[in-house]
Amino acid sequence: MLPYLSHEEILRYSRHLLIPEVGLEGQKKLKAASILVIGTGGLGSPVSLYLAAAGVGRIGLVDYDVVDSSNLQRQVIHGTSGIGTLKVESARQRMLDLNPDIQVDAYNEPFTSANAMRIAAGYDVIIDGTDNFPTRYLTNDVCVLLGKPNVYGSIFRFDGQVSVFYAKEGPCYRCLFPEPPPPGLVPSCAEGGVLGVLPGTIGTLQATEALKLILGIGEPLIGKLLLYNALDMSFEFVKLRKNPNCKVCSPEPEVTELIDYEAFCGVPGHDHDEGSAGEGWDISATALSQRLQQGNHIRLLDVREPHELEISRLEGADLIPLGQLAARLSELDSAQEMVVFCKSGTRSARALELLVSAGFRKVKNLRGGINAWAREVNPSLPIY
Amino acid sequence: MVILKVPTPLRTYANGQTEISVQGGTVAAAMNDLVTQFPALRPHLFNGNAELRPFVNLFLNSENIKDLQGLQTPLKEGDRLMLIPSIAGGRG
Repeated sequence: MLPYLSHEEILRYSRHLLIPEVGLEGQKKLKAASILVIGTGGLGSPVSLYLAAAGVGRIGLVDYDVVDSSNLQRQVIHGTSGIGTLKVESARQRMLDLNPDIQVDAYNEPFTSANAMRIAAGYDVIIDGTDNFPTRYLTNDVCVLLGKPNVYGSIFRFDGQVSVFYAKEGPCYRCLFPEPPPPGLVPSCAEGGVLGVLPGTIGTLQATEALKLILGIGEPLIGKLLLYNALDMSFEFVKLRKNPNCKVCSPEPEVTELIDYEAFCGVPGHDHDEGSAGEGWDISATALSQRLQQGNHIRLLDVREPHELEISRLEGADLIPLGQLAARLSELDSAQEMVVFCKSGTRSARALELLVSAGFRKVKNLRGGINAWAREVNPSLPIY
Repeated sequence: MVILKVPTPLRTYANGQTEISVQGGTVAAAMNDLVTQFPALRPHLFNGNAELRPFVNLFLNSENIKDLQGLQTPLKEGDRLMLIPSIAGGRG
């Protein structure tokens, strides 16, 4: 039995009611529906705004973060007045302002193996707006185990991917990506950057797919992966098939309950912004500054990209971008003491691994990168 | 000749190129040509046994080569290969 729409609701949704594919019955289906949005950031912003505007009756939001000024280049559900407040609360207020007739459930907690089944069980459709591999595998497995569709979206710089992973009717995320890439191989948006409007494009596509699933109209992206590139303005589709040996969605799955996804992926379940090379291989900005002041000859190696020098630089540092390091090792002297740095320590940790595997021993990673130097040593430098 | 599309995260290992022309009668031969042209790509695509690493997805036109004949899939003039990366961004 579908819910009733008041006269006010009929007026609010009149542009939907005019479309035969939605109509009064479709709008009632939306009101009766529930959608869980995991992540209230770049993708979660447009997803949540449009689902709220569309009149989805109950929307759940999962995030544990607070709004930061560096979010506002793309996370348009939040505002400058919300800096420092909980993301789920900031988003909830904006959604209820847009549409007071809906219910917004705010889960101010990380989405983990401990709470994921409990949270997701109460929703019809799950939307993956996360930013890291452990939470993506977790979201997939939760959806497979609960038999729910997972509306997937992912972004990096100018590239986006969208699909609907619904194991009852097609492949799941693990059918395409059985294993995560090794830690550090794929840069995160915190490290590699992202065009601010890109999550807008990808998030609105995810919202579209979610509405189609609820309404039962059109062709959902089940068994298809959309690849978008903003620079080429290209939309390409590839076919995805169910992997008969998939560890979670095959007839005889290996994974029958949630696992430790951080261990599976070898990285933390959040988009970490401060890289470490591991115990014994890091040096803090303060310690480096002291050693330099004591007159120690330490070569500083900047492994960022050339355009980042315009933002901030360390005096006397040599630049070899990470992608060129393997080919330019002959420019370095393994007998000389060296500290490698980048923006926040993640790329330089990779550089350090490469140097150590090439026989360098007198090398350290600047923990937290040039941003840590700006915080601890030279506040005249900007943090980015 | 076949065109191979390079995803953004790997372009840094291919002199920033978005599309690369490669030669070969099979996917294996074309990929071998690719990593000969751009040796820095090799560790990102292949393991020590010259197999594609499990997180690398290679599509021929719109089909995953895993659903065809893998690296032995024959190629014809004008085919298009596309590497599809694992990317995870979205919330941050």
